[in-house]
Amino acid sequence: MTRRLSIRAALAASAAVLACFASGVFAQAQNTLVWGTSQAPRHLNPAVQSGIATMMPGAQIFASPLRFDDKWNPQPYLAESWSFQDDGLSLLLKLVPNATFHDGRPVTSEDVAFSIMTIKANHPFSSMLAAVDRVDTPDPRIAVIRMKQPHPAILYALSPPLCPILPKHVYGDGIDPKNHPKNNAPVGSGPYKFVEFKPGEHIILEKNPNFFIKGRPHFDRVIFRIFKDSNALLLALERREVHYVPFWSDLASLDALAKKPGLLITDKGGEAIGPINWLAFNTKRKPFDDARVRQAVSFAVDREFITRKLHAGRTKVATGPIAPGSPFYTGAVETYKVNLERANKLLDDAGLRKGANAMRFAAAVDFLPGNNEQQKNVAEYLKAQLKKIGVDLTVRSSPDFPTWAKRVGGHDFDMTMDSVFNWGDPVIGVHRTYLSSNIRQGVIWSNTQSYSNPKVDDLLARAGVERNLDKRKALYGEFQKIVVAEAPIAFINLLPYYQVYDKSLKNLPTTIWGAAAPIDEMRRE
Amino acid sequence: MGFVGWILRRLAWAAGLLLSVAVLNFSLMHMAPGDIVQTIVGEMGGASEETMAQLTKAYGLDRGFLDQLWIYVSRVAQGDLGYSYYFNRPVLGLILDRVPATVLLVFTALAVAIIAGTFLGVMSARYPASWLGALVTITALFGFSAPVFWSGLMLLLLFASVIPILPASGMYDVAQGATGIAYALDVAHHLVLPALTLAIIYLALYSRLARASMIEVLGSDYVRTARAKGLSENKVVFKHALRNAVLPVVTVAGLQFSAMLAGAVLVETVFTWPGMGQLAFESILRRDNQLILGILLLSAVLVIIGNLLTDLAYRFVDPRIRTDG
Repeated sequence: MTRRLSIRAALAASAAVLACFASGVFAQAQNTLVWGTSQAPRHLNPAVQSGIATMMPGAQIFASPLRFDDKWNPQPYLAESWSFQDDGLSLLLKLVPNATFHDGRPVTSEDVAFSIMTIKANHPFSSMLAAVDRVDTPDPRIAVIRMKQPHPAILYALSPPLCPILPKHVYGDGIDPKNHPKNNAPVGSGPYKFVEFKPGEHIILEKNPNFFIKGRPHFDRVIFRIFKDSNALLLALERREVHYVPFWSDLASLDALAKKPGLLITDKGGEAIGPINWLAFNTKRKPFDDARVRQAVSFAVDREFITRKLHAGRTKVATGPIAPGSPFYTGAVETYKVNLERANKLLDDAGLRKGANAMRFAAAVDFLPGNNEQQKNVAEYLKAQLKKIGVDLTVRSSPDFPTWAKRVGGHDFDMTMDSVFNWGDPVIGVHRTYLSSNIRQGVIWSNTQSYSNPKVDDLLARAGVERNLDKRKALYGEFQKIVVAEAPIAFINLLPYYQVYDKSLKNLPTTIWGAAAPIDEMRRE
Repeated sequence: MGFVGWILRRLAWAAGLLLSVAVLNFSLMHMAPGDIVQTIVGEMGGASEETMAQLTKAYGLDRGFLDQLWIYVSRVAQGDLGYSYYFNRPVLGLILDRVPATVLLVFTALAVAIIAGTFLGVMSARYPASWLGALVTITALFGFSAPVFWSGLMLLLLFASVIPILPASGMYDVAQGATGIAYALDVAHHLVLPALTLAIIYLALYSRLARASMIEVLGSDYVRTARAKGLSENKVVFKHALRNAVLPVVTVAGLQFSAMLAGAVLVETVFTWPGMGQLAFESILRRDNQLILGILLLSAVLVIIGNLLTDLAYRFVDPRIRTDG
């Protein structure tokens, strides 16, 4: 290239760049919602996968038999009505007449039966539909779920994030649903239909013009943009390259966000997800096999300090295994208000005397990598705090999830920080942590604490099949009291779920499933 | 040995290098605790032992190490980069989706660094005692010592928040969905910050290099001869001295091409630039071995191509090297 040519090229390039500057922020189409998230889904089929990364787009693409309001009451969705029969052994669903899949085929009871059995066979929450024996389809609009035992949790199991109705004519072709190619290009009957999925980058959905609820949804397109860096997400939101971010997890930036003009923040919605940040003990390892040692650690933790200082006042103290939003929650349990004297006495009683260096014993704490605010920082706080009661704690970090999962799933830990979710009914997300039948080698989020108490097993078994709400509440109340007292887990705090959004957005999803439910009513004004 | 022999020898080396890259990386990945099954099960929200065993078997992770290695290497030899179990897609497609973004970013940054670096270096060599010389030295020092993620975040704050003239993230505006020239402009608009961030470090280095070698070359006999002929200073500097002065820059740029690919990982993360670096980073965290190995192999190929281009550039810049073979 001659010099003159290169100068000309340089001038042309700068002119092009200047043209970009001049045009400034590109005008965005009014009816597009850009939904920002730090959660990258592996695929888009919630029938075979849990986690809000898949549920958020999944609930827009697929419709479910029921949905819930913000008070835990079931509402019609694909099922216009439902009723229990045969002493709670059958649940009859009557489908709406006008629902179609995005490819134009009608939604029938065959699809409902196929979906429920697919979820039962493939979804990680095996207790969710374990009681279901089969689904009868006496009529294209009638599906009857037949159960082996009463299963009140079935209603929550039919929620948008847990029960996507799959088209049998697409997913019923014999390919393993876990690896089905259509998981990357799903066909559902929800308010928005699939257009494009670039893993780790974005998901584009567009309005389903034939959505069975007339007059909805309100955006022409919904674009999920995936951000790996929370600063970038924050900037994008500030510049309105992104309009809506539910499940905002970076608490330190919330105060700054709250001051930005035109942005609003709400902590409403998502109670059913019930995420609890906790410290779990390996009750098979000495000295944590002694409940007094676990209680001592729990008494040494200043939860107020964690929520107020480490989490900038944006989280709440957790008191037990069931999140407070749930109808089955009780606060009538031991609260473990910080008490170092009592902690020291418990350790003395357990025979763990202070040695020469003022230490009683050494232990290690693991933490779930990825969320420093909730996990690593709390683990490091524990190290400093437990020193006060003579526990020489080492923080053992894992570089990534597989490392942590291998250690904790393999029961190779003393104690670990973890975040575990309730997922609606306790049968779905709570039982798994405490049932002695769920002590499994190599399985993460099973009873990795190796906690075993026949009384608790019995309470949970009875609560799972109890149809009377008050009796069920009482059973879970007793369960919470025992588990908190025996402390296989020290409950630390509740993970808050904030939705950050542009002020022009109305009707945000504030039901118990938050943004893991359809946003068919959300609009821009 | 002529040009063809030279090329062939380079290719044979490249093949050997690629094989060792594959074997070494495969062994390293194998040593890391945990595997893709844990990741997938973790993201699913848990699974039974049966499901985990089934996945382990399906992904061939229950075989012995040498067995797995042999299967992998022989597949790669046939041009099959394997399958990403995480994304449930072939590795090649996933990588090819991401290569253009990284290549665009790295080459733009490289071009900016070489051209601007050389120019600044030459200018400060011509006026060594001036404010320009001092400015280049200070900028070089600063640019070279600032970590790329820090300078990236600062540029981001400055040009996307304080003076919001540049987009904060991504490679193009998905919501706008532009095509043709509008799309190219959109990408260029998004490219400014990441490319600048990546270029800054190298720009600093190259300007120092160019300055030093220019000062040396300007002191040599043939330059004095050129001046004695009565040539203008511009002609002396740009026509006669520059070719020799730019050689060290080309050498270092070639050597650092791989470092630049590595730097791209950070830049891509800060700017949500959908390139290979970001994909590699995430795949390592997920133990998506075949995808990581594919990316590393392709990066090795890119580095080999980069070195080949450097050698070719030598031959172009300094004809004396052509005879070496």
